[in-house]
Amino acid sequence: MAEIRNYTMNFGPQHPATHGVLRLVLELDGEVIERADPHIGLLHRGTEKLAESKPYNQSIGYMDRLDYVSMMANEHGYVLAIEKLLGIEPPERAQYIRVMFDEITRILNHLLWLGTHALDVGAMTVFLYAFREREDLMDCYEAVSGARLHATYYRPGGVYRDLPDSMPQHETSKWHSEKDVARMNSNRQGSLLDFIWDFTERFPSHVDEYETLLTDNRIWKQRTVGIGVVEPDRALQLGLTGPMLRGSGVEWDLRKKQPYEVYNKLDFDIPIGTHGDCYDRYLVRIEEMRQSNDIIRQCVQWLQKNPGLVIVEDHKLAPPKREVMKRDMEALIHHFKLFTEGYCIPKGEAYAAVEHPKGEFGVYIISDGGNKPYRVKVRAPGFAHLSSLDEMVKGHMIADLVAIIGTQDIVFGEIDR
Amino acid sequence: MSELLNNAVSLVREALWDPLPGWFQLGLVDLGYILAILLPLLLAVAYLTFAERKLIGYMQVRIGPNRVGPRGWLQPIADALKLLLKEIIIPTNANKFLFVIAPMLSIAPSLAAWAVIPFTDTMVLANIDASLLYILALTSVGVYGVIIAGWASNSKYAFLGAMRSAAQIVSYEIAMGFALVGVLMAAGSLNLHQIVLAQQGGFHQWYFIPLFPLFLVYFLSGVAETNRSPFDVAEGESEIVAGFHVEYSGMAFAIFFLAEYANMILIATLTVIMFLGGWYAPVETSFTIFPPIIWLLVKVAFVLFFFLWFRATFPRYRYDKIMRLGWKIFIPVTLIWIVVIGIATFYTPLGHLFH
Repeated sequence: MAEIRNYTMNFGPQHPATHGVLRLVLELDGEVIERADPHIGLLHRGTEKLAESKPYNQSIGYMDRLDYVSMMANEHGYVLAIEKLLGIEPPERAQYIRVMFDEITRILNHLLWLGTHALDVGAMTVFLYAFREREDLMDCYEAVSGARLHATYYRPGGVYRDLPDSMPQHETSKWHSEKDVARMNSNRQGSLLDFIWDFTERFPSHVDEYETLLTDNRIWKQRTVGIGVVEPDRALQLGLTGPMLRGSGVEWDLRKKQPYEVYNKLDFDIPIGTHGDCYDRYLVRIEEMRQSNDIIRQCVQWLQKNPGLVIVEDHKLAPPKREVMKRDMEALIHHFKLFTEGYCIPKGEAYAAVEHPKGEFGVYIISDGGNKPYRVKVRAPGFAHLSSLDEMVKGHMIADLVAIIGTQDIVFGEIDR
Repeated sequence: MSELLNNAVSLVREALWDPLPGWFQLGLVDLGYILAILLPLLLAVAYLTFAERKLIGYMQVRIGPNRVGPRGWLQPIADALKLLLKEIIIPTNANKFLFVIAPMLSIAPSLAAWAVIPFTDTMVLANIDASLLYILALTSVGVYGVIIAGWASNSKYAFLGAMRSAAQIVSYEIAMGFALVGVLMAAGSLNLHQIVLAQQGGFHQWYFIPLFPLFLVYFLSGVAETNRSPFDVAEGESEIVAGFHVEYSGMAFAIFFLAEYANMILIATLTVIMFLGGWYAPVETSFTIFPPIIWLLVKVAFVLFFFLWFRATFPRYRYDKIMRLGWKIFIPVTLIWIVVIGIATFYTPLGHLFH
């Protein structure tokens, strides 16, 4: 009898649908996948090890680069862990700013996910529509931190700066006439909060636009309904979190179950799915974008009414103001010490987790009393998701594999760390 | 002055043209006709890519190519030049002969099919009686280029792409063939020229009304046949990278590209000829607004627009769902409608509706 051999194929790392550097070794029976073996580590940068040799504050920037599409949410996990060790709480305004930017980040992440997921399944246009809205949100990032992606905006004890009163303006160029620029600047006349408010006003209609292209599209449904089904029990066993878990119908969201910052003062709902397939996870994420939009609106309203401090006034942790430093010797010393030695954290260990757009993002820090962490461990949601890939794709076709990679919302920055 | 010119022309004619043997003269004239069809066709292909990028660009809230030449109009030329100057890499373990011949196999039929296309009442290179059969035969030869390319590259991705497209093209060929059977039943001829003549007299005479299901099936099968989105599984960008032509570079790749777009224009033209009244104006008037050729081109452009629109709108079908659509929906629909036409024509007085 002739020997029947499965078709073994390398999927990635140089493949348009692998979201970066995923390498899968596929065993195929025709087009049907028998086994998918993820090989990771191609984007390993040693974030956890690097953090051990730097003062606490200097590692915030590394956190941005973990999951590089939801930057501030990563920072949030890290600073929360430090705050837990230090036993401090940021001012309320800072908490609202953090929540607002967490939700902006969630929309940023979900927009990128929606675009690439749709692109993987073959719908090109959604991708560009989603990027149109991402532009505005990244302008918000830029307005508060100066960087469009890797913001490094959160600090233990608050956030680095208060929200700016004005937005940067577009300027005329060879490509943009006065008229174009006037139109582009029309929503940038007020403060950042006005700009965000204007965004939240029109964002729901944009989500409707994406939905008209996908939600009831027969091809989209054929490609996602019943694909990559995870039963609720199995989802818990696999350690899935975030939309992956909620898509299976498990009510679990850290923002509700273990509220941090001011989430318990805000009014929002947690959408859950019923079937645990790609389509339900798609619906869950779409609804999450709408809910995030509502949360942002509540934060903007609160922030407009309540000015105040955005970082603790303890100058052992937060730098003093520039003006004060010019005349106060002690302030200058504080500044110098903070930016060279940093601050020491009492001996101990802490785990803090946030509801990251992809799931539970947790940071575990052990301090030996020095100015650098003894050990940092990052719990990345994507890692657990990717390890369930083999189980999810078994028996599906190559085209479904692409849809499942899309639905897992995998980003290699956090998996390889 | 004109006398002098005429003298010169006749002198040249006597000296160079007349001494040639008759068969050679005939050959030269035919060659001229072929060039007159192919050159505009290739130009149309080039600018179809430009139109596609521009149109999809506008649909996706961006501008599309606008750097080369005024408003990007030289972009296709620049693309062609770039591809011409690139090296053609032949993979080490590829079957060299087949690897090189595959692009030719795929472009030859898509160009040869144009021989029988009637552009106007008088403009047709070969007005043969079985032109519909000729078209069917040639479009199905095109699949060999794809299969051979996938097999000869000795790459797993290319092989998967080739298998997919072989299955797809073969099964959609059947649906397409049946749709055409309906047309030839209605027109009573296999001659494309006759088919258009049968649709004379305004748009209510065009076959897309009585043969509406066949029109849809034919057009959608055409989209599938040319491997266009949403049926582009053979080169599904995000699944098997580029499918059967993943190992091709430079001009060898460009020829596949040309073949795909030439096929698109061919399918669009055939749709117009068989269902949308060919070169006839939608309303019969005593005076002519546009010459017939313009009507044909406008209709072809209209049909091509749908190809591009689909690409911007739809997600990609999964391979097995495409087969299901082809075998379980399109083929039964065409079969039923053929029976309906047959019964209506021969057993009921409603036969005139289909003619």
